Amino acid sequence: MKQYDVIIIGAGVCGAAIAREMARKQRRIAVLEAASDVCEGTSKANSGIVHAGHDALPGTLKAKLNVLGNKKMEALAEELDFPFKRNGSLVLCFHEEDRVRLEELLERGRKNGVEGLKILSPKQVWEMEPGISKNVVAALYAPTGGIVCPFGLNIALAENAAENGVDFYLNHRVTKIENRSDEEDKDNSCRRMYSVLTGEELFQAPIVINAAGVYADVLHNMVSKRKMEITPRRGEYCLMDKASGNLVKATVFQLPSQYGKGILVTPSVHGNLLVGPTAEDIPDKENTETTAVGLKKVMDTGALSVEGLDSRQIITSFAGLRAHITQYDSGVANASGDFVIEEVSDAPGFFDVAGIESPGLSCVPAISEYVAELVNAAYPAPDKTDFKEKRKGLPNVASASNEERQALIAENPAFANVICRCEMVTEGEIVAAIHRPLGATTLDGVKRRTRAGMGRCQSGFCSPKVLEILARERGVDQSEITKSGAASAILTGHTKDDAHVTFSKNGKEDTHE
Amino acid sequence: MNRREEDVVIIGGGPAGLAAALSAREAGCERILILERDKELGGILNQCIHNGFGLHTFQEELTGPEYADRYIQKVQEKKLPYLLRTMVTEVQVLDDGRKRITAMNRDDGLLEITADAVILAMGCRERPRGALNIPGSRPAGIYSAGTAQYYVNIEGRMPGKNVVILGSGDIGLIMARRMVLEGARVQCVAELKPASGGLKRNIVQCLEDFDIPLYLCTTVAAVHGKERVEGVTLTKVDEGGKAIPGSEWFVPCDTLLISCGLIPENELTAGMGASIDPRTNGPVVNDRLECSVPGVFACGNVLHVHELVDHVSAEAEKAGQFATEYVKKWKVEGM
Repeated sequence: MKQYDVIIIGAGVCGAAIAREMARKQRRIAVLEAASDVCEGTSKANSGIVHAGHDALPGTLKAKLNVLGNKKMEALAEELDFPFKRNGSLVLCFHEEDRVRLEELLERGRKNGVEGLKILSPKQVWEMEPGISKNVVAALYAPTGGIVCPFGLNIALAENAAENGVDFYLNHRVTKIENRSDEEDKDNSCRRMYSVLTGEELFQAPIVINAAGVYADVLHNMVSKRKMEITPRRGEYCLMDKASGNLVKATVFQLPSQYGKGILVTPSVHGNLLVGPTAEDIPDKENTETTAVGLKKVMDTGALSVEGLDSRQIITSFAGLRAHITQYDSGVANASGDFVIEEVSDAPGFFDVAGIESPGLSCVPAISEYVAELVNAAYPAPDKTDFKEKRKGLPNVASASNEERQALIAENPAFANVICRCEMVTEGEIVAAIHRPLGATTLDGVKRRTRAGMGRCQSGFCSPKVLEILARERGVDQSEITKSGAASAILTGHTKDDAHVTFSKNGKEDTHE
Repeated sequence: MNRREEDVVIIGGGPAGLAAALSAREAGCERILILERDKELGGILNQCIHNGFGLHTFQEELTGPEYADRYIQKVQEKKLPYLLRTMVTEVQVLDDGRKRITAMNRDDGLLEITADAVILAMGCRERPRGALNIPGSRPAGIYSAGTAQYYVNIEGRMPGKNVVILGSGDIGLIMARRMVLEGARVQCVAELKPASGGLKRNIVQCLEDFDIPLYLCTTVAAVHGKERVEGVTLTKVDEGGKAIPGSEWFVPCDTLLISCGLIPENELTAGMGASIDPRTNGPVVNDRLECSVPGVFACGNVLHVHELVDHVSAEAEKAGQFATEYVKKWKVEGM
């Protein structure tokens, strides 16, 4: 049994941010993550947008935390060294009769405290963004809108939390939580206690924070009589080659509908173009499959906003699941569709961070502080004196100047050995990504930390080399290296392992041996 | 920063780069440097261990490594300089018309090479699953045919045991046979078009001889499996390539190999401002194989995807001659 002061369930962006924030106090903290790496769920498959904050209804947590999170993101990016850019955003209006809705959005944004909002004429829109559709009749411009690398943010937060003493347990899916608060402790020193089981392993802590994304309802329901239901809302995306990355500079939305903010077109912080997402409620919490219908809708709808979108420039497509709360306590508590961030009323010490759908990523820097304040107010702990606020990211040869490259190569010649040609990622960066705190153990882990395999060939050339480096650095055989943990091994054996069997199956009399 | 000057720099040490270098020397070019990103010369031929290469060039049937070796031997005999594991990151055109090539490798660190002429011979890459926009899940077990070929022929490793292949170009056909020879089961090869794009001899020798079915007018409608591929849904398509509803069927497999076309690798070319032909994805060249940037020549699969390596070699020989003529002329007139 492992004893902690705080157990956080989920190493997505919320769990990682909360872990880091909680580590400012003197507490033993464990993060339990079902997947083989941080950033494996909703956090890895979203728009990467830092919303300005004009969409959420005034007075909601979504509105408050979005505007605050947006403000804090820049300083956090400085502190933790992850890519963030304030590129501004536009909400396009295509019909005169919808102009009133655009004005509502402006008004709502002002109420939420979003700065610098203004409505632009079509001429002003085209001056700013020549690639935008000629059908636009007006647009809401938000200069504070931004874009962030969702992996960069999540990994930076987790690494910094780990450097500040947080223990991360990967491949630890929580199977059972028991509220043992009523049982008298032997020495009576602790009145609240939760037992958290991950298969065979037992963890205990008086405080549990549920940041389990689309599974937050399952965990919540283990300790509370007020039942919650999260229905994943799937969003499909197409990612386009960097050759299309400059079609627009700002993030371009269409007027929102009941299913969310519609399909957006945005540059990514790394210079690709991202188009999506769709919105479709599905029962299966694991179903991140893309569909022909969805991908077509993404491109067709995106083309209404931006001219020159070319399907032939797509380099990959993906889908993510938003944690949308469909029922909570018979539906009463969550009528506004807001985040649920609170201590569960019938489970003291158990905090939900649930329903973190859009604009969740934007809110992260504010969510973590909000949760820490909630917990600290109820269960105070002394400050830590040696908290390390700063974290340095991996070296990045692709974006370095020639002088910087020379310095890196002088330090380690592996920084001159290019492994991923599309994104220009070197052996030096990959080795560094493997040996950092919470280092990469999988191909996807390397990809999200270094961008090796993110480019236009989608890892065709570099994956065998990354596999070799991973095996060498981890001291294991290549057959043990997976794409993303569990049963996702890349290789299935050696050549000729089964040759004699297959030959006979194909009707050949002579076996190969 | 390591600096050097050359008459001709050849980017790529595969079949195109090797033949271009040899013909440039033949034509009288003195300072030649080949820059190769891999650990050995020969390019993609090194993993093409099947035979059928060189019927035109050598009137013999060679394997890929044998074909490459003919050129590598000559390059070594003539002591043509080359750098391995060397990645070119940028080609700039200087004010005087010469080119500056920035490259890097472990031994020399950053390299800055000034050259009168450049021959582009970077080859091509495979169209990945993402570019085909095949719906479904994204588990382990989906590889480009060339990546699988590398695992099998270079590393001696199997990327799967039960395989569906999408695309009946020559690489797809060759890999169907290879996977069976190495012990895998190949369920079928699916081809979107009404006819295979591969050579007739490959259809016979790689599919028919091994009882591997070829389904024409067929594509992958979805990939299934969370961690590893568990199967694919195949569908029939109409003449326009659109899926015909109701014609789908499920094929269990643990691996999907994709062989759906090759794309010339012209990021460096576009980066220096050369015009690209949208039909071939290669640079626009004149009848001297010279790009829209004077003194930059292109040959092999970087120019357009060739069916036979023999054609690549022949084209590259011309590029070597033209580049040398350019250099000689430049030395007289250019200063």
